[in-house]
Amino acid sequence: MKDASTPSRVLIYIALGFVALLQLLPFYFGITTAAKPKSDLSSPWTLPSDIYWQNFATALEQGQILTAIGNSAIVTVISTVLVCVLGALTAYPLARRITRGNQLVYAGIIALIMIPPLSVLVPLYTLMKGIGGLNTHWGIILVMVTGNLPLAVFLYTAFMRSLPISIEEAATVDGANSLQVLFRVVFPMLKPVTATVAILAGVAIWNEFALSTYFLREPATRTIAPAVANFFASQGSNPGAAAAASLLSVVPVLLAYLFLQRNFIKGMVAGAMK
Amino acid sequence: MQSGRPRAHTLFPRRLNWLYAPALLLFAVFSIYPLISGMGLSLTNWNGYSPSRAFVGFDNYARLLSDEVFRTALLNTFIYGVGSTIIQQILGLGLAVVLDRIVRGASLMRAIIYLPVMVSPVVLGTMYYLIFRYNNGALNDLRALWGADKVAWLADASVGVTVIVAVNSLQFVGISMVIYLAGLQAVPTEYYEAAQLDGAGWWQRFRSITVPLLQPAFATSIVLNLIGGLKLFDVIQVLTGGGPGSSTHSVSTLIGETYFSSQAAGYAASMGVVLFILIAVATFVLNSLLNRKRVEQ
Repeated sequence: MKDASTPSRVLIYIALGFVALLQLLPFYFGITTAAKPKSDLSSPWTLPSDIYWQNFATALEQGQILTAIGNSAIVTVISTVLVCVLGALTAYPLARRITRGNQLVYAGIIALIMIPPLSVLVPLYTLMKGIGGLNTHWGIILVMVTGNLPLAVFLYTAFMRSLPISIEEAATVDGANSLQVLFRVVFPMLKPVTATVAILAGVAIWNEFALSTYFLREPATRTIAPAVANFFASQGSNPGAAAAASLLSVVPVLLAYLFLQRNFIKGMVAGAMK
Repeated sequence: MQSGRPRAHTLFPRRLNWLYAPALLLFAVFSIYPLISGMGLSLTNWNGYSPSRAFVGFDNYARLLSDEVFRTALLNTFIYGVGSTIIQQILGLGLAVVLDRIVRGASLMRAIIYLPVMVSPVVLGTMYYLIFRYNNGALNDLRALWGADKVAWLADASVGVTVIVAVNSLQFVGISMVIYLAGLQAVPTEYYEAAQLDGAGWWQRFRSITVPLLQPAFATSIVLNLIGGLKLFDVIQVLTGGGPGSSTHSVSTLIGETYFSSQAAGYAASMGVVLFILIAVATFVLNSLLNRKRVEQ
């Protein structure tokens, strides 16, 4: 709004300030509540006189938040790597060998994006029970990979189609076999889209709650979102400790966000516009 | 959303088609099989654990039609989906238009708006609970400043639904904002300059240049937000748990409760089928509507 007059600029800044406040206030209340003891009945608006660390200790000990963060790290890293690898492998023939059959396969995979996780809760739970995948990391990893793969295939296929084919064809003519073309020519060019896929899938898997809350009931294998929800519910009378648990679970995401902030937004843009 | 026809790789070896076999296997086992077997289960009276189950035809679906709780959940699902989509488009587009131009503080604002997208809805819901709870809730404390009575925000059906729409919209408005920002940055500045020379005002330029050129962004953002709202689960679960009674349930949260608390697996499966059809139809209709209107670029 370069041509905007000064009063309207002021109005715009006031509106922006209001929106920023709206977005940051929940975090502020989380912090003030976590920093006060249970006996302190002051408003969440007021800052505590002293930081009450016991809430964080309660969250770590009773809520087993560290175990949950560890579980989430395992599930998120393995699932995200699998989504990237399988996504790229699946997209290659779909982008490069455009036959009727492959177009059908592609359309089918994209259609899978529309399945809401809860719509298949009953049969999926039965299946996981049948194969012994409940309360296991491998079980939830398989579900997470399947759930996040369609979007990955979509992004990889669109990106590969934007890459010039001539490089691959030249390599083939020069005598590279097809796997060499894939590993030495195609894969190295996928870095930007891999960053996008990894960010989107990684964040979605780290935050996933709907299915993991039913599939991971045992505290030993539980991931972070169900752990916080469970702690929140069972500690209803101790909101300070619940807020502390929430804050602890945000720390890894916040660190990742600060490190990768540019790529996060860039990745979202690429993902949205492809 | 691919422009132009992709060219095939003429020397592509056929056997590399097998590269997609592992993914297809995963889809077959963990997506398509559950989808089909869910349709089968929806025709039974299975309770979820007993080995016995009987085929009851479309009884579950008939029961859905007269189920007051399900009807409420279905209506709420529409409100969550449509309400969030409208708020996110207005707010997201407004923020994008402003932040596209303003230089000072724009990148910090984008980071602040996008921050809640990164956080689990469970965590954000926990923090919003501190705002909306009855005792010591931030909102009731604020109202106390001018002597207003406490309000039980989460214990009233329509207020609860509104709060859930608001929380979900604010959490994910960053996605719409980023999509619209990307769309705006793709509009060539010469268009604006030419229009300005012709004497077009800000609103005129916005209406006849920005809006038509943003069509792809509209389509992406609306479809994404609508699907997200229609399958809403986490925030409801944390803020109201579907209550009071079952007045704030979405179809998703009701499925979980019907399966695990009421032990009516067959009935829950029929709700799942309805939810899937609902989202598939909404996506299909919206996609074809929005794509038909799209301007060729």
